[in-house]
Amino acid sequence: MIAVDERGYYGEFGGAYIPEMLWPNVQELRENYLKFMAEPDFQREFQSLLRDFVGRPTPLYLAKRLSEHFGVTIYLKREDLCHTGAHKINNTVGQILMAKRLGKTRIIAETGAGQHGVATATVCALMGLECIVYMGEVDIERQAPNVARMKMLGAEVRPATSGSKTLKDATNEAIRDWINNPVDTHYIIGSVVGPHPYPDMVARFQSVISEEIKWQLEEHTGKDYPDAVIACVGGGSNAAGAFYHFLNDTRVRLIAVEAAGEGIHSGKSAATSVLGTKGVIHGSRTLLMQTADGQIVEPHSISAGLDYPGIGPLHAHLISSGRAEAICFFFFESLEAALFLSRQEGIIPALETAHALSALRVMKYNPTDVLVLCLSGRGDKDLNTYMKHL
Amino acid sequence: MWVAQQSQSVFGVPLGTQHGLFWIKNTHITSLKGLQKTLRYALSYPNFAPKGLLHPGFRWRTLKHSIMNRIEQLFQRKDKNVLNIYFTAGYPGLNDTEDIILSLEKAGVDLVEVGMPYSDPLADGPTIQESGTAALENGMTLQLLFEQLAAVRKKTEMPLIMMGYFNQVMQYGEKAFFEKVAEVGVDGLILPDLPLFEYENHYKDLAESLGLAVSFLITPQTEPERIRKIDDLTHGFIYIVSSSSITGAKSGITDTQLAYFNRINDMQLKNKRLIGFGISDHETFETACQYANGAIIGSAYIKALKNNPNVAECTAEFVTAILLDRH
Repeated sequence: MIAVDERGYYGEFGGAYIPEMLWPNVQELRENYLKFMAEPDFQREFQSLLRDFVGRPTPLYLAKRLSEHFGVTIYLKREDLCHTGAHKINNTVGQILMAKRLGKTRIIAETGAGQHGVATATVCALMGLECIVYMGEVDIERQAPNVARMKMLGAEVRPATSGSKTLKDATNEAIRDWINNPVDTHYIIGSVVGPHPYPDMVARFQSVISEEIKWQLEEHTGKDYPDAVIACVGGGSNAAGAFYHFLNDTRVRLIAVEAAGEGIHSGKSAATSVLGTKGVIHGSRTLLMQTADGQIVEPHSISAGLDYPGIGPLHAHLISSGRAEAICFFFFESLEAALFLSRQEGIIPALETAHALSALRVMKYNPTDVLVLCLSGRGDKDLNTYMKHL
Repeated sequence: MWVAQQSQSVFGVPLGTQHGLFWIKNTHITSLKGLQKTLRYALSYPNFAPKGLLHPGFRWRTLKHSIMNRIEQLFQRKDKNVLNIYFTAGYPGLNDTEDIILSLEKAGVDLVEVGMPYSDPLADGPTIQESGTAALENGMTLQLLFEQLAAVRKKTEMPLIMMGYFNQVMQYGEKAFFEKVAEVGVDGLILPDLPLFEYENHYKDLAESLGLAVSFLITPQTEPERIRKIDDLTHGFIYIVSSSSITGAKSGITDTQLAYFNRINDMQLKNKRLIGFGISDHETFETACQYANGAIIGSAYIKALKNNPNVAECTAEFVTAILLDRH
């Protein structure tokens, strides 16, 4: 049985390794998140926002030409059709309702690719709350369109200038902001990382993805489970959502795809499941990339959303227990995959999603299998990168 | 790291009644080795050993607990105006550790907190993070730091505390880390991201059996019940975080903070208390000392070292400016 325990552990991974300064905030959230989520009022508001604002349910699309090409049935879960262009908004809608119930007036977030930043800025605009998004300086440059969208939505984008100037450092800065503003601020973490209860809370908000896959697949095929679910993993939020209702269904293979960057052992990689060892990052005991002396290594991926040296504790548990299979890809493989999907199916995927697509080329399957691939986001933000390599 | 007992109780264990302790108290044992030597002597020459030391009821564990480490000894000697200075090991120079500690001692500092530089110091502000990054670039490692501290310990009896993040401890191996800390003669530990729950369940017995004083933090938001718990688990001193902030963020002390310090004082905790975060000069140090047993300064000292990397000169000037007429 794969589930989080009351201390926030999945097996040996998880917990809340936070400085005392964060304790009251995290404790407040821990005591309330399940209670709030169970309230009928909360659910009504959450579901109606998902339907009318986010545009759910998102289609489960039978990708015919992709299926023909690979000789297997492939469904794409179209999270790219969510408002703002990625699955990230499922979680921010949930967390903004949580923040309102906790009486918070100021929202902070970290972002890598900018999708979570945009999704946070969007819900803050919707609810009229102040919004500050921390983003690595490097990412601000490579994800310029999303920076512009955040500004358009009224959010303040603050550059993180320490370390590798990417997602890890943006997360450090957001945590520091929260330490400095413990009373009025809610921190919307964008992935299934961070101290308990974040990994569990974010997974629950994202679990709508697999909930829909189940009934949509039943409509399409008469079976409410696929043979495999494929999703890309940086921190792992879309994967957590796509896996959630299949975690304990061993008929379903779970395939987590990571970014190998320029090669797993090239020194420029974000393949945490291969390179990672047990440690603590951003408040959670998990697998992370680090030196023998316990210094966190700066990761590298062409995709800002996968450029993270850790992995959510749920995924660390799934991978190390063998429940999920981890695969990683070179960046040029994902570029090819992006081009392929664009020209075969008329869908331009985000770079992160393109990594998941690459898995189709190497994973083993039977021709009769039904695969579901979580198409986590659209590729508009990555057009610059695509054009450079086209 | 062990110093012969001079007080009535340590770690809550009342003294004077245990067999043989009186004798040990009046010898000058300053290390665990010294203690072992004394006991060996007693075993070899039982006729000369005090009655009781070799009594079957004598418990080694009780004895260990009844010996005080240097931090507790310091607070026995001095419970006002205690000055604790933090520095990041490996900054400004890789091999400055010894110079810094000895200069701080010479300048009149009571306690030194040695920062283990870390890539992602969540609880620290930009000043300490930058010093950590520089220290890592200089080549500082935990192994090297232990070597440096073992060498320093031969030259001073200054109470030393190591401060670092739990990931570093995990990679070293938790048990190996605690043992090494004790072995090199460090007296205490501050691991800000080690949760109380994990400490209590996995590391408390180990730390206590090694005689390490592990300090925990409390903040303006910490609830009274949790403060009691922290007081229970702490040995050495409680670290009072002056405001809701990362290190080096704010300076000056407000009325709200004074009310918070008073609230803590009214709780009559068993541990001594040092105020940290935002203490940067003589004035803030004085104020902190009025409301606690002393204060901790980190970022301000790192800044001073940044401006003047001549360790001896910089340290003397900095500490003099903090203490003024205190010493």
